Amino acid sequence: MSYKVADHTDPLAAVSLPMSMERVAAGFPSPAQDYIEDTLNLNELCVRHPDSTFYVRVSGNSMRGIGIYPGDVLVVDRSLRAHHGDIVIAVVDGEFTVKELALQPKPALLARNPDYPPIRINAETEVEINGVVTHAIRHFRGGEFRDG
Amino acid sequence: MTQLFALVDCNTFYASCEKIFRPDLKHKPVLVLSNNDGCIISRDHIAKSLDIPELVPFFQVEERVKQLGCQVFSSNYELYGDISARVMSLLEPYATAMEVYSIDEAFLQVQAEDYQAHGQAIKAMLWQNARMPVCVGIAPTKTLAKLANRAAKKIPRLGGVCVLDTPTKWEWLLARVPAKDVWGVGSRLSERLKGLHIHSALQLAKAEQKWLRRKFSVLLERTIQELNGQPCLDLELDPAPRKSIISTRSFSYKITQLEELKQAICSYAARACEKLRAQNGLTQDIWVSFEGFDQHRGRIVRQTVKTLPHLSNDTRQIAQIGQQAITELYQPGLRYKKCGIGLMDIRTQTYEQADLFNPQQSEKSRALMAVMDNINQRYGKQTVQLAGAGLQPKWAMRREYMSPRYTTRWSDIPVIRC
Repeated sequence: MSYKVADHTDPLAAVSLPMSMERVAAGFPSPAQDYIEDTLNLNELCVRHPDSTFYVRVSGNSMRGIGIYPGDVLVVDRSLRAHHGDIVIAVVDGEFTVKELALQPKPALLARNPDYPPIRINAETEVEINGVVTHAIRHFRGGEFRDG
Repeated sequence: MTQLFALVDCNTFYASCEKIFRPDLKHKPVLVLSNNDGCIISRDHIAKSLDIPELVPFFQVEERVKQLGCQVFSSNYELYGDISARVMSLLEPYATAMEVYSIDEAFLQVQAEDYQAHGQAIKAMLWQNARMPVCVGIAPTKTLAKLANRAAKKIPRLGGVCVLDTPTKWEWLLARVPAKDVWGVGSRLSERLKGLHIHSALQLAKAEQKWLRRKFSVLLERTIQELNGQPCLDLELDPAPRKSIISTRSFSYKITQLEELKQAICSYAARACEKLRAQNGLTQDIWVSFEGFDQHRGRIVRQTVKTLPHLSNDTRQIAQIGQQAITELYQPGLRYKKCGIGLMDIRTQTYEQADLFNPQQSEKSRALMAVMDNINQRYGKQTVQLAGAGLQPKWAMRREYMSPRYTTRWSDIPVIRC
């Protein structure tokens, strides 16, 4: 630490006080003031990459086994690279579908319902992975999303 | 390391937006129509290959287009706006500075070891994250970047990315481009240049600058310098606030009733005032006009300007004076084609003078407008509006083929069978 002797010919150099960045109200300060944070926001939990995220609504029963039911809303992130075991949005023969991606032993799209056979991915099928499903949202009270 | 300009331009933007959530249309021709389903304004590459012309009235080609199996869409600006915002935001990490040039193109200042690879990375990233196909042109000046982008679109073996980083490369291209296709030249000027035996962009680049400047303008001289790789145009990072805002549109059918005109004015006033408040502006002079048709007299256009008692951005006040104006202009018996409202001579809010003797916009009115804007931003356009705009107006735009607003309305998100 070093001292500098204030040069008293310059009145400004002699006095240097820290500025308060907070508004100080007269009276007793709120003890909670130091602890105020933003409230929790579901987007933080579910949407890591907002510019690459879109939402879809589910119809059909092929993914019941993993807990995806008709009417659920899925959060889909296009920025993620799909790995073995991911739930993905895929395009099969020009139509969107939700399936589990299997890369071993052979590439396939798996349903989570024994009534639906797996879809093999090979040279003959036109399959494209469109995004990775990161969350599913279900309404238990039949409430629908409200639009403007 | 030098910095270069990259122009990233979405391919057939509106048509590409329509294809994002319609994988069944991957191999089908797609067309997008202008407001009121008037003209074809966007064609995907398949529709282009079928020789379907752009900017022709839709009804002229409707039959042929349907025979060819084209999928037709009304313009869905809510969807396009959202996709555009995503694309622009995704581009940010790839630039040291960026200028959003239009809804579907942006200039980036870029710095990279390998510009070809950088361009390809941008292209791949936008496809993966937004399913938006783009072309990238990279060069030392904006004018050359524009031409590079055009080359990337037109020459398939470039793979959608064209880098002009040495004089040899850009001169090769300039020799093959007519002068009229250079940014800022246009067909009128190019006709005059032809008289001076300047046909190609390369001839323009090699022309004597000082002499042409005297004959034409300093702007052309700048263009010539840019064609030679000397940057004159910088990124425009902070667009100046607009001096006037005009909201005018055609009706979906010819209307005759004053009540309907008043509703339209009220609704256009609301849109214009929203924009006004977004740029923190105030206005006092309100311009109102209509275009109508009389059986005997033909086309009739009338306009007027009204002045408010003080500067304002209150939708209620501006809509009211607009309705008053259109009531005065109204002529019974006409068939009205369009009407509009303009907010003229816009001032910035900070310059507003407090005037003891003249009234001004009240705090209450400002607070109300802020609440209105907030609600409409959060819950969608026109959630809260003036009753004077009419509920479910008949005159609203025709959008017979509009696609869902997949990314901005919960009721419109895609449904997926699984």
